[in-house]
Amino acid sequence: MIPFSSVLVVSAVLFVLGLVGVLTRRSALLIFMSVELMLNAATLVFVGASRALGTMDGQLFAFFVMTVAAAEAAVGLAIVIALFRRRRTTDMDQVSLLKW
Amino acid sequence: MVTGGALEMLWLIPVLPLLGFLVAGTGTLLRARSKGLVSLVACGSVGLAFLLSLACVMALAGLPEHERSYTVTIGEWIAPLGLSWSFRLDPLSSVMILVVTGVGFLIHLYSVGYMAHEEGYWRYFAYLNLFMAMMLTLVLGASLPLLFVGWEGVGLCSYLLIGFFYEKSSCADAGRKAFLVNRIGDASFIIGMLWAFVLFGGTFDIAALIERAPEVAMASPGSVAAICLLLFGGAAGKSAQIPLYVWLPDAMAGPTPVSALIHAATMVTAGVYMVCRLSPIFVLAPSALFVVAFIGAATALLAAVIAMAQDDIKKVLAYSTISQLGYMFMAAGAGAFTASIFHLTTHAFFKALLFLGSGAVIHALNGEQDMKKMGGLKKALPRTYLCFAAGWIAIAGVPLTSGFFSKDEILYKSFLYNPVLWIAGLVGAAMTAIYMTRLMGLTFFGTSRSHDHGAHPHEPPATMLVPLMILAVLALVAGFIGLPAPIGEMFGGHGESPFGAWLHPVLSGPEAAMAAGHPEGHGLELLLMAVSSLVAVGGIGLGLWIWVARPEMASLLAARMGALYVAVRNKLYVDEFYDAAIVRPWYALSRWFGRFDTVAVDGVVNGVGAIMLTSGHVLKLFHSGFVRSYAIAYVIGAGLIVWYLL
Repeated sequence: MIPFSSVLVVSAVLFVLGLVGVLTRRSALLIFMSVELMLNAATLVFVGASRALGTMDGQLFAFFVMTVAAAEAAVGLAIVIALFRRRRTTDMDQVSLLKW
Repeated sequence: MVTGGALEMLWLIPVLPLLGFLVAGTGTLLRARSKGLVSLVACGSVGLAFLLSLACVMALAGLPEHERSYTVTIGEWIAPLGLSWSFRLDPLSSVMILVVTGVGFLIHLYSVGYMAHEEGYWRYFAYLNLFMAMMLTLVLGASLPLLFVGWEGVGLCSYLLIGFFYEKSSCADAGRKAFLVNRIGDASFIIGMLWAFVLFGGTFDIAALIERAPEVAMASPGSVAAICLLLFGGAAGKSAQIPLYVWLPDAMAGPTPVSALIHAATMVTAGVYMVCRLSPIFVLAPSALFVVAFIGAATALLAAVIAMAQDDIKKVLAYSTISQLGYMFMAAGAGAFTASIFHLTTHAFFKALLFLGSGAVIHALNGEQDMKKMGGLKKALPRTYLCFAAGWIAIAGVPLTSGFFSKDEILYKSFLYNPVLWIAGLVGAAMTAIYMTRLMGLTFFGTSRSHDHGAHPHEPPATMLVPLMILAVLALVAGFIGLPAPIGEMFGGHGESPFGAWLHPVLSGPEAAMAAGHPEGHGLELLLMAVSSLVAVGGIGLGLWIWVARPEMASLLAARMGALYVAVRNKLYVDEFYDAAIVRPWYALSRWFGRFDTVAVDGVVNGVGAIMLTSGHVLKLFHSGFVRSYAIAYVIGAGLIVWYLL
């Protein structure tokens, strides 16, 4: 049996990888994938906690997170496509129209 | 009550013109064009109201003398205050409804001809019918608030009709002035009415107020006098007395039939009516009556003086109206309420006649109102001239005309009250004869002074002439309903005239006691009558001599008078005085208060806005537009929150 602390360590590593990806990548798609990574890190903690505590609540939340991630991917990809059609780029540093 | 019949339908009298107003008002909104329908509806509703009034008054006369008061209630109004829609007919209101509907009907008829070529024909009759409804509510209202509804209603119609030609800014200004000046009086009226409600034990019903008045006056005479003065303040506004008379001359900006109906015959007499209506309360406050009498006398004199030097034919008549209203108040103040109402009635006839006649003159001259450009119209307008002349001798007080009897009764009664009033009245009467003769001379006699009137002056159409003729007859003979005692006895009457006897139950005042105090004969009354006849005829003679026989005399006199003449011509600078003493300081005060608004209130609002704007300018520096820098801020923020929570 894998101890809960190991689960936490793996998910923390995943989360930091995702966070660094979000902060350093310029491509919208890669930022996206990094966000997914962070979400999955959170899901892993939920599932691990569910197992460690012997309740089903965590697994339930895992499904919620997956649903949210799917919805977010649908909206996000639609934005990326719309952005690409208009600007012919997915480089987020080029997309700074909201700058004052 | 054992009557039924006509009296049960009393409430219809104000409602009929109201229906006419609804029809004409709807037509106005629908921009109706055809004139036949509205003429029929407007004149018809008022004509029906007149016939119904006649029937009601006859039914009332059929009752025994002490039961002549009939109240019809058609619904609740303000139940907690005990107010309902109650109309009451008694001898006083019966005189008024006959005058209002009778003269009103004639003027409606006249308007059909006079307004034929004007824009806004439907609108005009809508206002006129609304006025009739409101005036009848005022007259028939059984409680002070209902009277006040009519009071305000006629004020509104007056405003609307003065400003009828609202494209001209002078007309709109005149309307506003009338409205605002009346507000001052109305405020005084409201205070008096509410004070009476409190002091008289919570009733607004006029009969109940009168019933309780003696004991209340016994307990607190000062308050009753103050209430009477406050109510008289309202009357001074509506009936154009010093110091609130200034709106009436300007009100002549309205169409001439309106001047005849509202600003001569009916609405402006509402104040006189109200004082007479409440006469049993006023007689309990002799000090208030004293004020009423002297303000009336002062107004009668002042307005007569100003009327001497006006050139606008309608302005002369307007000041003449103010002066005659002054006589009515003088009579009321002297306790001669019957004489006051008698003069109100005869004045309604001859002044409506004079205004309608001046309307015919103005109509014939394509809108010319300046008498300096008239003259010699006797030949061109023979019928109008004859009618106008009837009004002229009636107002001047030539013996046996209606104005003679009514003015004479006022002079006699005021002599008994205070000879100073009699002298003022007599001087006023002389001036009335003179300025009216001047008006006649400049308008009808002599030769034409008009410069360019391509159109030949023409007699008005029949719808205008017939009312003139009817009013002319009334102006000449209406006085015989109120023959003074000595003359009445010559014809086999006894003491009181039919008019006085009819009004006696409602208008008992010190008048009755005064008459009883002079039983020694009619020598004094006949003597005074002779004096005032002499004054009237002398005034006319002097006027004819100055303005007809020796036309150059007038300008010579004016030059001799110098500054005095200029002052009178400029209406004694009363408007200018009010402007400097009241209007401007009031504006200054308002501007000063206005600064609180601009500095304090606006300051807070603008200050909040400025704070928001400044903070926005600072905060926008943090927005680079780069998604990743937002993400870093996000991470730092989240980290801080986690750190804080742990």
